[in-house]
Amino acid sequence: MSLHDKDRIFTNLYGYQPWNLKAAQKRGDWDNTKALLARGRDAIVEEIKASGLRGRGGAGFPTGLKWSFIPKEPNPERPSFLVINADESEPGSCKDREIIRHDPHKLIEGALVAGFAMGARAAYIYIRGEYIREAETLFSAVQEAYVAGLIGKNACKSGYDFDVFVHRGAGAYICGEETAMIESLEGKKGQPRLKPPFPAGAGLYGCPTTVNNVESIAVAPTILRRGAGWFSSFGRDGNKGTKLFQISGHVDKPCVVEEEMSIPFHELIEKHCGGIRGGRDNLLAVIPGGSSVPLVPADQIWDAPMDFDGLKAVGSGLGTAAVIVMDKSTDIVRAIARLSYFYKHESCGQCTPCREGTGWMWRVMERLRTGDADVSEIDMLQQVTKQVEGHTICALGDAAAWPIQGLIKHFRPEIERRIAENVREAAE
Amino acid sequence: MLSRGVHSLMADRHLEPVTADLRARWGAFAWTKENAAQAKVVIARYPAGRQRSAVMPLLDLAQRQVGAETDTQGWLPIPVMEFIARELDMPVIRVVEVASFYMMYNLVPVGKFHVQVCGTTPCMLRGSDDIMAACKARGMEIGHVSGDGLWTLNEVECMGNCASAPMVQINDDNFEDLTADRLGAVLDALAAGKAPKAGTQEPGRHTVEPLGGPTTLKQMVKANHDYRGDW
Repeated sequence: MSLHDKDRIFTNLYGYQPWNLKAAQKRGDWDNTKALLARGRDAIVEEIKASGLRGRGGAGFPTGLKWSFIPKEPNPERPSFLVINADESEPGSCKDREIIRHDPHKLIEGALVAGFAMGARAAYIYIRGEYIREAETLFSAVQEAYVAGLIGKNACKSGYDFDVFVHRGAGAYICGEETAMIESLEGKKGQPRLKPPFPAGAGLYGCPTTVNNVESIAVAPTILRRGAGWFSSFGRDGNKGTKLFQISGHVDKPCVVEEEMSIPFHELIEKHCGGIRGGRDNLLAVIPGGSSVPLVPADQIWDAPMDFDGLKAVGSGLGTAAVIVMDKSTDIVRAIARLSYFYKHESCGQCTPCREGTGWMWRVMERLRTGDADVSEIDMLQQVTKQVEGHTICALGDAAAWPIQGLIKHFRPEIERRIAENVREAAE
Repeated sequence: MLSRGVHSLMADRHLEPVTADLRARWGAFAWTKENAAQAKVVIARYPAGRQRSAVMPLLDLAQRQVGAETDTQGWLPIPVMEFIARELDMPVIRVVEVASFYMMYNLVPVGKFHVQVCGTTPCMLRGSDDIMAACKARGMEIGHVSGDGLWTLNEVECMGNCASAPMVQINDDNFEDLTADRLGAVLDALAAGKAPKAGTQEPGRHTVEPLGGPTTLKQMVKANHDYRGDW
């Protein structure tokens, strides 16, 4: 299995070449976009459905299906909006940043194509506040597209009017949750809304809204140009396409790379990352999809296909394809405890199980880290994670629970060892 | 590592009390000519009647203006928030609520350089402890402005630079692939009034390709290659 460069979508991923419109057009962006739009809304949605593209922001919902939820006949009083989630804040995730700062025109062209397909009046790109230089690039790229007549009134001379606006966040992980993002766009605290109503019915300003990840939108024009059959020729059934993988932690050469979906873990690491630091035998565990998914021990991850179903089969998930590699030098309890701290820090405080639970879980994790605990507290912690999971408005509670559950499932002996040693130390 | 002193937990944040001095200093806050024009551009991004959506970009703009006036990264005194509330015709409490919810709004004065060390797991695995220790060894204290007014240190959560970890963000720039020595060189340059190169500090690395050169898309290194000929 090997993806050829000609089949990579993000050819300027590393920014060796300029991001500007002229350079992007030379790479194939904005090439007769008018003809893509002329295919019509239904044809575009059908092509994306047929390509098998699943949302790249973590949940993996079929993108074409999501686009089809928007009402067909827009009410002038309630126009539809496309919101593009560029809030990339899941620890380990660093792919949307590369798209925005090195290939922003793929995103802007995708915004037009997707917005047209769902009959949206405008797109808001919500970029995390910390991506300061990246936002500067994006503002400039949007301006270039306006000046060239690619967006705005009569976009690409298609007869369709479509605006693209950039909105900067200001440092709140929770705004990556789609309804929190909508609240934030409306000028409020980013606290998730109860669903229903779903954004497709009542989202931004109470209007029909679709929220899509940057990567999902940015790949759309290439899929339309090359066809659903091309995109779906990569990856296993139900896991189609190419994907940006972000490998961090204990590999020799951390990097971001576009590969075929379903590539086995070891191939991804050996081909692009120079292998595990200290060799395969030095691998302890991997968090394969960003901080929210449970870790997978070395022996189970090695041959696993890096896709939605392959990682589900080993008790984890693809998430954003942020692969955090941990070798045997890792203090695994501390690595997970630090994630517990992250969720405590980022809880918006709206739901009690999360507001209280994330702090409680972090404090217990800190005691397990040093062994200053009773063995029975491991099970108590497990039970509390189950009481947080599924009992909050959004998935942050789940995301805080799963890493701890993964740790207890796979590293209980290590936690027990620390407790036993701590007890011995105290006795001595 | 987690025995932090003052750290920027949401619940630990506080507003700078509104004293007579503070009001005297900031009560007459108004946009500079340039920022007044920019504020109009920002508000125009949102539908008529939805100007409240502009509260986040305007708070950022105001913080930057305060920064320019005080030669710091900037912060948001209450009278400045009151100004934003008037500009957007919204209650002051709704502005304060937003300012205190999002971590990038400084609610108390900060130094000229806001050194934000990422400490989340991907950076931790690549040595962020050393980076934080190097900052502290230079006398920086979490949540405090250094005596010379130059530095404010904070530990922050994942900044999305995980493939070039560890990293710090200092005001508007990221410095990636750090070691204690590399960070020292960056801080020395800033203290000397220079503008150190942002991005990766790893010699020979361009951005987030594998160190030693990309394993894919090698033709892009030298020229803006168009791959469509091979489709």
